[in-house]
Amino acid sequence: MENRIQQLFAQKPEGLLSVYFTAGFPNLEDTVPIIMELEKNGVDLIEIGMPFSDPLADGPTIQQSSEVAIRNGLSIPKLFEQLQDIRQHTQIPLVLMGYLNPVMQYGVERFLCKASELGIDGLILPDLPLSDYVREYKALFEQNGLSNIFLITPQTPEQRIREIDTHTNGFIYMVSSASVTGTTTGQSVTNTAYFERVSGLGLRNPGIIGFGIHNHDTFTQACNHASGAIIGSAFIKALTKAGSLEENISTFIQSIRQNEIA
Amino acid sequence: MKYSVDENGFYGRFGGAYVPEMLYPNVEELRQNYLKIMAEPDFQEEMQSLLRDYVGRPTPLYFARRLSEKYNTNIYLKREDLNHTGAHKINNTIGQILLARRLGKTRIIAETGAGQHGVATATVCALMNLECIVYMGEVDIQRQAPNVARMKMLGATVVPATSGSRTLKDATNEAIRDWINNPEDTYYIIGSVVGPHPYPDMVARFQAVISEEMKAQLLEKTGSENPDYVVACVGGGSNAAGAFYHYLDTPEVKLVAVEAAGLGIDSGESAATSVLGKEGIIHGSRTLLMQTEDGQVTEPYSISAGLDYPGVGPLHAHLHQSGRAIFESITDEEALQAVLELTRLEGIIPALETAHALAAIGRLGAKPNDVVVINLSGRGDKDLATYLDRFNFDGK
Repeated sequence: MENRIQQLFAQKPEGLLSVYFTAGFPNLEDTVPIIMELEKNGVDLIEIGMPFSDPLADGPTIQQSSEVAIRNGLSIPKLFEQLQDIRQHTQIPLVLMGYLNPVMQYGVERFLCKASELGIDGLILPDLPLSDYVREYKALFEQNGLSNIFLITPQTPEQRIREIDTHTNGFIYMVSSASVTGTTTGQSVTNTAYFERVSGLGLRNPGIIGFGIHNHDTFTQACNHASGAIIGSAFIKALTKAGSLEENISTFIQSIRQNEIA
Repeated sequence: MKYSVDENGFYGRFGGAYVPEMLYPNVEELRQNYLKIMAEPDFQEEMQSLLRDYVGRPTPLYFARRLSEKYNTNIYLKREDLNHTGAHKINNTIGQILLARRLGKTRIIAETGAGQHGVATATVCALMNLECIVYMGEVDIQRQAPNVARMKMLGATVVPATSGSRTLKDATNEAIRDWINNPEDTYYIIGSVVGPHPYPDMVARFQAVISEEMKAQLLEKTGSENPDYVVACVGGGSNAAGAFYHYLDTPEVKLVAVEAAGLGIDSGESAATSVLGKEGIIHGSRTLLMQTEDGQVTEPYSISAGLDYPGVGPLHAHLHQSGRAIFESITDEEALQAVLELTRLEGIIPALETAHALAAIGRLGAKPNDVVVINLSGRGDKDLATYLDRFNFDGK
């Protein structure tokens, strides 16, 4: 059976907008309202960040939102409690993204069962090694209908990209350049050679580009090279502006999509 | 070798390389090359000559007569404090900088707690004319000012880590992020036996010179290569890894790892990972670490910046779990008393980190004929401000 991620790519193979936010930020109980607003504004896929004290792959914006969320009392059990009835309200594809240690402490198997029960479609655990996944967890993910999403970077060799493509069944998260999240030094996504190299591989999984995507221009450029793009840090910054959650989210998403039809 | 790393980078159940994909090519490049490069004759020759003529090795093994009398046993001090830059840290930075050069890297990054590893890295970068960036927690920058000044004088850029507890853990996070941002030209010199495989094994091998020399020196002085006890302090655990290395498979040698209890194990202000930690992932390694029930890494505390780390190297986690090493923990106060004791009995001012190992002597139960080696990992110059503040020398 296909999960919602696989259905999404089958129905809408391009121009996808995926948004990442940190659960429990800015306020503990904002998690579900943010999901609902994102859906209302035509976002295609949502990545719910599970905060970790030491997020190695993240820049200052996500580090700080994670610190605040932890201080607010967001934990994995709390997040699962918040998402208890989520599938009664929305059918948007949902991915949980976080680091391995909190998931290990919850218990990997228990975590996967619970996520599946709540209607989660996939997971991104950047520090779970491919080899460990294949050896210990792949069967469990599959039993629970969960896609495990892997990252690739401009430095990932072709053979490894192909190996990742074999073992995943949702999409491939293409990190736009060598960086942590939230780096917006360039006004454009310029790593064209890398994007073309990857699209030339004829992979079975679609790709979405993330890291450094922060406005309409970078979103559009990314969409020219892949099925869509992921925005995280720029969205989190938008959440902290003066104004209501609803206004901030709709203003931000409109600024990304502009005249495109959602 | 029962306690050496296996082909997948594990010590028992601990170790591995839990890194995001952005770091995979760098870590993999190192994994594929480190043993090969280290075995090359010209690498060995260059390293040995630098260790001898530049660092000042072999370091002496000194029989501490008055300290021995006090504890009614035979105490030898392995004088790593006499290395160039004042601690064992340079054994590792010499090795890694030569490796970095052979890998064609031109930019060096490092993390530092007490500043000893930062100084040792800045020193070898000056020697090799390579750019050097050292990440150091904002709190540690304040409490280890002399080492910050030394790094700057050596030409390094010291970048304050301002996230989290603003100590060694956060400096390590920042160094890892720098490496993610600069994957092509940059080499990360980790200062302890922590991080993703192959770092714990590589750093242990570079520090193993400590126990290699110890064996020869003990044979000469006592007629046996093997002491009854080897005692070392453990933050991440590099000096302990070096002091234990050649004794790991000699069970009659008792290995004693001494952690920082801070204000006391149960005070909530401690860095005694073997007691307070449980299994998890930190800095790319599966090991024991101090964390909340929800898996958030907790902020450790010790008066000693070099021991103020919430994890421990995977080798030590394995030595703890297998029972091969005895783990002790020493409070700030006990460590300070040990500083004064060694200073007044032997005329040696030790580093705060090292003082934790010294403070454990009384707990060993060593007999009059036993031979105890303390790894005197560093000297106390960097801690003088703390010592002057804590000890009231006026009128003494």
